[in-house]
Amino acid sequence: MAITNRWTIRMKTQVNIMSKYQRTDGRDADGIRPMEAKVGVIPQADGSAMFKIGNTIAYAAVYGPRELYPRFLQNPETGILRCNYNMMPFSGAGDRVRPGANRRSKEISMVTENALRPVIDLHDCPNAVVDVFIELPQTDAGSRCAGITAAAMALADAGIAMRDMVSAIAVGRIGDGSYVDLSYEEEALEDYPVADIPMAFVNRTGEVTLLQMDGEVQTEGIMDALAKGREACKRIHALQTQALKNKFQGDTQ
Amino acid sequence: MGEQLLANKAIAVPGEEIARGMDFVPAAGTYRDKESILAARLGLVSTDNRLIKLIPLSGRYLPKRGDMIIGQVIDVQLSGWRIELNSAYTALLSMKEGTSEYIEKGADLRKYFDLGDWIGTKIINVTTQRLVDVSMRGPGLHKLSGGRIIKVNPSKVPRIIGKQGSMIGMIKNATNTKVVVGQNGVIWVSGKPGDEIRVLDVIRKIERESHKSGLTDVIKTYLGAPDAVGDGNYEQMDDQNEDTGEHHE
Repeated sequence: MAITNRWTIRMKTQVNIMSKYQRTDGRDADGIRPMEAKVGVIPQADGSAMFKIGNTIAYAAVYGPRELYPRFLQNPETGILRCNYNMMPFSGAGDRVRPGANRRSKEISMVTENALRPVIDLHDCPNAVVDVFIELPQTDAGSRCAGITAAAMALADAGIAMRDMVSAIAVGRIGDGSYVDLSYEEEALEDYPVADIPMAFVNRTGEVTLLQMDGEVQTEGIMDALAKGREACKRIHALQTQALKNKFQGDTQ
Repeated sequence: MGEQLLANKAIAVPGEEIARGMDFVPAAGTYRDKESILAARLGLVSTDNRLIKLIPLSGRYLPKRGDMIIGQVIDVQLSGWRIELNSAYTALLSMKEGTSEYIEKGADLRKYFDLGDWIGTKIINVTTQRLVDVSMRGPGLHKLSGGRIIKVNPSKVPRIIGKQGSMIGMIKNATNTKVVVGQNGVIWVSGKPGDEIRVLDVIRKIERESHKSGLTDVIKTYLGAPDAVGDGNYEQMDDQNEDTGEHHE
């Protein structure tokens, strides 16, 4: 047998030793941590939402469409979407997160933008910008997904033209099994090879608007994780819809 | 024969299926995907026969030709004034549209509208690039001196005006104030200070309770007003929608 990769050998042995991972918080493989969603949490903003998943909390505020300067950023064809992901200094597990943009947060801002742009239509407001600010007061893995989920609700709340909702979830591969919505503890397991796969789906069409990976996975692993993520996102979408309707409930008679 | 999945006046969330069947026609805020009519934004379902549209519940003001709005002068330029519209775009009020008076070459334009002045004006043109032109020519268009400004969400403007101006007419009569409501959600109120505060209070109440039916009667008792009929100053400016709200004075 020609096994060339040292890591593969390590993974195979480890998987054999402890093949069945048991989740410490008692969830089954496709269990999502307790979720909570609320729309309209920041009255001053044009649209806003809060999304909580386990210990991860994301707030999203939408401002705009509004004037965009500097002028070279303007697009005369369509309005642009600008996302900003930020972890608050006290949001980690005890160590202070240094405030301000860093390489990680810039990347997440970019993938968030890319995850949301396919559903929104800003052709009615050329040269303008829609700003989405995502703030995380507390993080425990899955923060970019929580941010995208909150941002989608905030954009809908702001009355932006959107053809569909976007929901996001991270699915992990621990050993040779898929586990939905890893906590930080699970993400950092040392006894198992762990891969984390954040993903976002357009609800109705099922298009994938975010797919990243941290770790090593086999092709079947990815396919299995995607299938599990899709199922989980259906549940998240139901919660998003409910939260949006709850805010505007008063607007029907 | 199609089937309507979301009732009239239900809230539709982006991407939600409102109706199914080729006999329905998608209008503002909705789109068709194969058999289905889907929501293209968040809004209130409103059906007119086979026509399905969404009434916005939130969102910023988008300039539309023919709208009566209230804006603020933010710049005095060589040949006109730059007007802030409470939207993503600003408007240009040209010298020609600003006044019917003859303006001497090199005259000081601040004589007519100065920086910070509020004006009740009308949008006469919007280009594809959203360059907006406004005009002061027309009935009821003038500088709004004194009084105070209130901003509300543009989606609430129709409720503040009421059918045929009934709500706003009643408020003006009951509080003895002058009120101008712009389509862009800017409201100007002028009267005795105490009366202005009453109007402000009642507008905030309408904003909060805009979902209730029979709101005009609720407000009538709230104000202790005698009768709710549209006042004579009412002018129909936008004939597309019967109750999208108009400009009043």
